[in-house]
Amino acid sequence: MEDLYQEIILDHYRKPHNRAPSLDDEAVHVHHSNPLCGDEMDLRIRVVDGRLDAVVFDGEGCSISQASASAMTDAAIGRELKDALDLAEDFRLMMHGAAPVRADDLGDGIAFEGVAKFPVRVKCALLGWMALKDAIDTHERGSSAHSVTHED
Amino acid sequence: MSIDVEAVRARYPVLDRELNGNRLVYLDSAASSLTPEPVLAAMDHYYRWSRSNVHRGVYPLAEEATDLYEGARTDLARFLDADPRGVVFTKNATEACNLVAYGYVRAHLGPEDVLLSTVMEHHANLVPFTEAARAVGAEIRHVPLTEDGQLDLEAAAELLADGRVTFAAFIHVSNVLGTINDVARVSAMVRDANDRAVVHVDGAQAAPHLPVSVRELGVDSYAITGHKLLAPTGIGALVARPELLERMAPFLTGGDMIRDVTLDGATWNDIPHRFEAGTPMIAEAAGLSAAITELETLGMPAVRAHERSFTAALLDALGTVPGVRVHGPKDVDVRGSAVSFVLDGIHPHDVGAMLGSRGVCVRVGHHCTKPLMRCLDVAATTRASAYIYNDVDDLEPLVEGIEAAAAFFAR
Repeated sequence: MEDLYQEIILDHYRKPHNRAPSLDDEAVHVHHSNPLCGDEMDLRIRVVDGRLDAVVFDGEGCSISQASASAMTDAAIGRELKDALDLAEDFRLMMHGAAPVRADDLGDGIAFEGVAKFPVRVKCALLGWMALKDAIDTHERGSSAHSVTHED
Repeated sequence: MSIDVEAVRARYPVLDRELNGNRLVYLDSAASSLTPEPVLAAMDHYYRWSRSNVHRGVYPLAEEATDLYEGARTDLARFLDADPRGVVFTKNATEACNLVAYGYVRAHLGPEDVLLSTVMEHHANLVPFTEAARAVGAEIRHVPLTEDGQLDLEAAAELLADGRVTFAAFIHVSNVLGTINDVARVSAMVRDANDRAVVHVDGAQAAPHLPVSVRELGVDSYAITGHKLLAPTGIGALVARPELLERMAPFLTGGDMIRDVTLDGATWNDIPHRFEAGTPMIAEAAGLSAAITELETLGMPAVRAHERSFTAALLDALGTVPGVRVHGPKDVDVRGSAVSFVLDGIHPHDVGAMLGSRGVCVRVGHHCTKPLMRCLDVAATTRASAYIYNDVDDLEPLVEGIEAAAAFFAR
């Protein structure tokens, strides 16, 4: 259990950061779901001068998905959109076994490195990050809302 | 005759495994059962001794292979009290349901027909028929559930009242709620409302656990899968009335299912071979026969009695755990051995991970029943499901694991 559920992960799970059901002046709201495990995630971003001024999430899911989303918000807030996309990609590759290039920038996200050893939980850890990537992509397309269903 | 669980367990090599130093407690038989030694031996013997194709060669090996394969058909027909001419081997229950959806529903139903389904269906017995109904332009109606997770038969009577239901497909035992549906009664209701109606039942969770007589149930077709009843993966069956098979269009075409072939077309082999195109699963059929022998040796009434008392003990044990809510009927007379529950505030994935780390294997997720999950207003559940190798000594590791998850993930 300790391999998967590190204390940092449990801290984020018990006291999530930037968890909120709404966001003032939100630029984009995306909804991501994973029908296989029933995870649901709403992610909202506010963009000021090309930077993520605020990122909040809400939803239901396992401890890994909720904690990872919480750690993601800490790592993403304040970053330029392109920089945040790059960081999300670094996290995604880490979930597929690669050594992270931006370990410091991932912040508490680095605690999820061990999840790569649990293939069925990788999608849980990725949910928040993939929602962030989609929110930024949606913003860059000029839209304000998007909904995605992950099939596995 | 009761079941000697220690003697049963000794036949399952995987039960000697330990997980993280814990005895393996396998409570996921509704997903797939374990495989006993004689089933492994039967498959091994075919490959080592009789390896050849069926229905073709005239040498001894080929005759043995044909005997193994056709013997499995006879064995399954006897096990389910059905006509062997109506037993079509498929790769699993899903394919058996699709065979009916393509061979019967799509071939014979039209916009004037109505299909009857239920809210508790496994996707295997739902999606083939929603797709078939859409393809032929037919309406599909769904029987709702009562508060305790049984089919609402009053509502079913209303859905049948206009006499337009000409095809019904429903599950015998729910893989989530454990509910044992009164198949004979529902089947009779469907026929009383329209005597031309065809009744198809998904028996994947029933045949491994209950004495089943397809004849007495009064259904036209009954889908089963081998891997839930001690047999290998890769073999299932549609057990149908021969008269229904005679009316069904071929589904997969090719070798073995033909009588004659010209460059322009073909005529079809007799049932059931008409529905078994290509080289079939021969080793798996040998394994299925051995699995049926295992179950017949124990006796299906004894299997049911064992699981009934285990399930009662399981429900009692779960009742002692704070925050646990069990779905499905409380009355063990109308429920099988699959027990789904939620632990307040803790996601089933986390519960399952904690249990798994302690050697307790359960299923978490939506169990291929998304409409039912919506009806229960949950995203997912944790499910413990028992079989002949489970006993009350499996309850303590389960309960301790749930309590450990509750403590570990407390917020």
